[in-house]
Amino acid sequence: MTGYLLIILAAFFFPGIIARTKSIASGRKGPRIIQPVRDIVKLLRKGSVYSTTTSSIFRIAPTVGLACVLTAMLVIPFAGGNALISFNGDFVFFAYLLALGRFLMIIAALDTGSSFEGMGANRETLYALLVEPALFVMMGVMAMMTGCTSFTEIFKAFNTVGDYSLLLGALFACLVILIAMVENSRLPVDDPKTHLELTMVHEVMILDNSGFDLGLIHLTSSLKFGVFSMLMANMLIPPSWKIGYQFLYFGVIAVGFAVVVGLLESFRARNKMGKNPQYLLTLIAIGLLGLIVALILMQKIA
Amino acid sequence: MNISFLISAAFLPLLSFFLSKKRQFAVTLFTQLVVAFYTVVMAVGALGFYSTELFSNGSGSVAIDPLSFLFIAAINLVCVLTTVYSKGYLAPYMEKKNRSELAIHGAALVWLQVSMILVVTLREGFAFLAVWEAMTLASFVLVMFEAEKHETFKVGISYLIQMHVGFFLILAGFVVAYVKTGIFGFDGLSSYFATNNGIPVFLLFFLGFGLKAGFVPLHTWLPNAHPAAPSHVSGAMSGIMIKMGIYGLLRVLFAMHSQYLEVGMILLAVSLLTGVWGVVSAIVQKDLKKVLAYSSIENIGIIGIGLGLGFIGLHIQYPQLSLLAFAGAVLHIVNHSLFKPMLFMGAGSVYTATHTRNMNDLGGLIKKMPHTSLLFIIGAMAICALPPFNGFISELLIYVGMFDSLVGQSLRETILLITSSMILALIGGLAVFAFSKAVGIAFLGAPRKPIDHVKEVSKWMLVPQYVLLAGILAIGLFPSIAVKLILPVVAQFPQVNTSTELLQPILNTTSSITWISLAFVGFIAVIFFFRKKMQQDVAIAVGPTWGCGYSAVNATQQYTSTSYADSLISISKPLVKVTKDFEPLEKTDFFPHATSFKTGSNDVFEEMVTVHPTNRLLKIIRKAAILQTGHVQHYVLYALLFIVAILVLTYFKLI
Repeated sequence: MTGYLLIILAAFFFPGIIARTKSIASGRKGPRIIQPVRDIVKLLRKGSVYSTTTSSIFRIAPTVGLACVLTAMLVIPFAGGNALISFNGDFVFFAYLLALGRFLMIIAALDTGSSFEGMGANRETLYALLVEPALFVMMGVMAMMTGCTSFTEIFKAFNTVGDYSLLLGALFACLVILIAMVENSRLPVDDPKTHLELTMVHEVMILDNSGFDLGLIHLTSSLKFGVFSMLMANMLIPPSWKIGYQFLYFGVIAVGFAVVVGLLESFRARNKMGKNPQYLLTLIAIGLLGLIVALILMQKIA
Repeated sequence: MNISFLISAAFLPLLSFFLSKKRQFAVTLFTQLVVAFYTVVMAVGALGFYSTELFSNGSGSVAIDPLSFLFIAAINLVCVLTTVYSKGYLAPYMEKKNRSELAIHGAALVWLQVSMILVVTLREGFAFLAVWEAMTLASFVLVMFEAEKHETFKVGISYLIQMHVGFFLILAGFVVAYVKTGIFGFDGLSSYFATNNGIPVFLLFFLGFGLKAGFVPLHTWLPNAHPAAPSHVSGAMSGIMIKMGIYGLLRVLFAMHSQYLEVGMILLAVSLLTGVWGVVSAIVQKDLKKVLAYSSIENIGIIGIGLGLGFIGLHIQYPQLSLLAFAGAVLHIVNHSLFKPMLFMGAGSVYTATHTRNMNDLGGLIKKMPHTSLLFIIGAMAICALPPFNGFISELLIYVGMFDSLVGQSLRETILLITSSMILALIGGLAVFAFSKAVGIAFLGAPRKPIDHVKEVSKWMLVPQYVLLAGILAIGLFPSIAVKLILPVVAQFPQVNTSTELLQPILNTTSSITWISLAFVGFIAVIFFFRKKMQQDVAIAVGPTWGCGYSAVNATQQYTSTSYADSLISISKPLVKVTKDFEPLEKTDFFPHATSFKTGSNDVFEEMVTVHPTNRLLKIIRKAAILQTGHVQHYVLYALLFIVAILVLTYFKLI
């Protein structure tokens, strides 16, 4: 339960911290931290415009997308505690549930009949399919080291596997950042602040969403950031710590993650679209690097 | 089970030759229902072994074990539902086709069902091969329904030839075992494998049954035959008939006693290739039914991955892996026979309504055909293994098996398992690509060609799909029941341990999935409630799609099937061959003028495995044909030369 609430809490501030970091980095004062949340609340209260081309799919997709993330959050524990629901293979469920949300958003984008949105949908599918193996290698390595197959059990056991597990934890935390950046359509695969539809991925998919549905989409995206910071925190926070320190450490990790995202977006340019598949393959390579490190740690390869 | 009853039932539809076209359907459906009712009741009543006479010159033993039972249930379900569907699908053909043609078609539908039931119940070699052949011929007749089309005729003949190559390989497998053991049939395999090196015989069977199942590179008949056949036939063939190949393979695997590692590795390697290649090819297609046909190949790959991992689990003596992987494979057989016929029916409905299967000409069907479209979308989600549908359950079992057994393995097994899990994840992502394309291009968006004439299809075509949908949701939401039901089949694999302590974690997982799926549905309901409430008081407007400042938007500017696949093609060049035939605009072409663009895709394996060898064979045969001059004098000369040669050879005592 703590995990669930902490994810929501992190999601509450996350976009604001990113925006603030970016504005400070570019020499502006920037909006208040909770401004993105207020934007979402405002959107939820607004009316909507629906394209005449769209069908019921377009209307239900944002709702189901949010429900997917809210359900996926149920299996994520906090710092060695228990998740609300935990079962063998729940991380597979987690990954496939996010894929379900993505599938619906993709077909909703195609539902508008816009060539721009079709382009965004196409890119999103391609990038998502290249990221998925990286996530599974990572979870495979963690399952191998701990002998467990659920988030709760893996994170309970992960930090006690060996002295060097922190090393692997740090490597995987980096990988989680990179995966989160792709999942949330951030730099360097996608640039949320670009003005040109031709260079967008996620933003162009939701061009036609407005009002309540757009609010849900922003909410989903913030929650996803919360989910990934929680995953990262689970890899780094030792379960043996006192609960107060764990909360503090989680705060540091979540804020640090947001600041890193903000800084990355301030100082990095987006990849050329054609180079993105290669970039995404490096994610798999990092996962495989983790595998080799784990094999060495477990003395399977000398 | 009384075989003579089944066979006489199969002759009942011959009545159709004397009936009017309208009554034929009733006869076919009635016969199928009788066969289905009879076999299911008998199978439930007699989950044991007993024999009955089939041929006058020998006895064929009929045996119903859990595996047969599972297949009998699936065969009857798919065959009856596809026949119900055919009532609507064949309606436009009622005028084109004459009475006998329709009667043959109806009879072949019954023959396919009866022969498949016999395939899964007969163990004795000759009897099995006879009904196997009957099944091939029945499906051949069904594929050839539109034989007046040149393409269909070609595809049908190619199918027939390839199936007979498979037949020969299966026969060879039986013969090799017979020579050593003296028993011709599946019963002899067990004692053969106990004493001999089983790999060559296993390979013979794998090739033979693999041709039916569609393992790469033996799949080349499949993507051609399915689009050529009428949709209810494609549904039955893809839903259950290609699984007969898996059935035969399972019978062979059940008889294995050792060499699990080799068998597992062969199965796993071929299946991983089959899975990835099948789904990548599915993405490239623009024909809706070809997408489904290639996706069948992918699903056969997933079943094979489960089987291969199960055998590797037996080798490394990790019962959990074997249990989960076998359970996943068996459940995926069931799952695929639920969603694949449903998708083929959907594609058939699209064809009936629009007269095209080319996705580049479709779009926006959801407004005209809401039921068909929603059913197709749900089927697509199920086949992409997305929760809370049934495809997810079987893949989850395989995944859990892989991750569960990772701890404490040697380097080789670790790498094997991690690679398999990565590739399975990749297959999942690619399936999302293929089906988001199929759904998004064909059913959503703006119509690329006028669809004013398009109407929702009749109830005959929709009801079978809803029945299959019920099955999909039942397995997806209550997987514990499904796992318990398939357990007796899993227990038939050699050395599989289905004890409670191994089973309990699986059942815990599946019951958690029920709860979390219900939570998911609850979340959707709550958010919808809020959405409704919030949107009550605010203005909801409609307008055109935002064109990003460009106001001359038209439907042809949308993404098409070809352009959607382009991004993937650019990174998977060696796997797929796409041809584009167009003249690019010259630099001086300031004003647009009429031009043409043609695109298609070639199956790399088809060229390698069937086209090239056949062409080479034809070349050799053509050279030999120099002798065939057509002059009688020459033939008399050949005979004379032959006699002289014999005389000379005898004189020198060479023969």
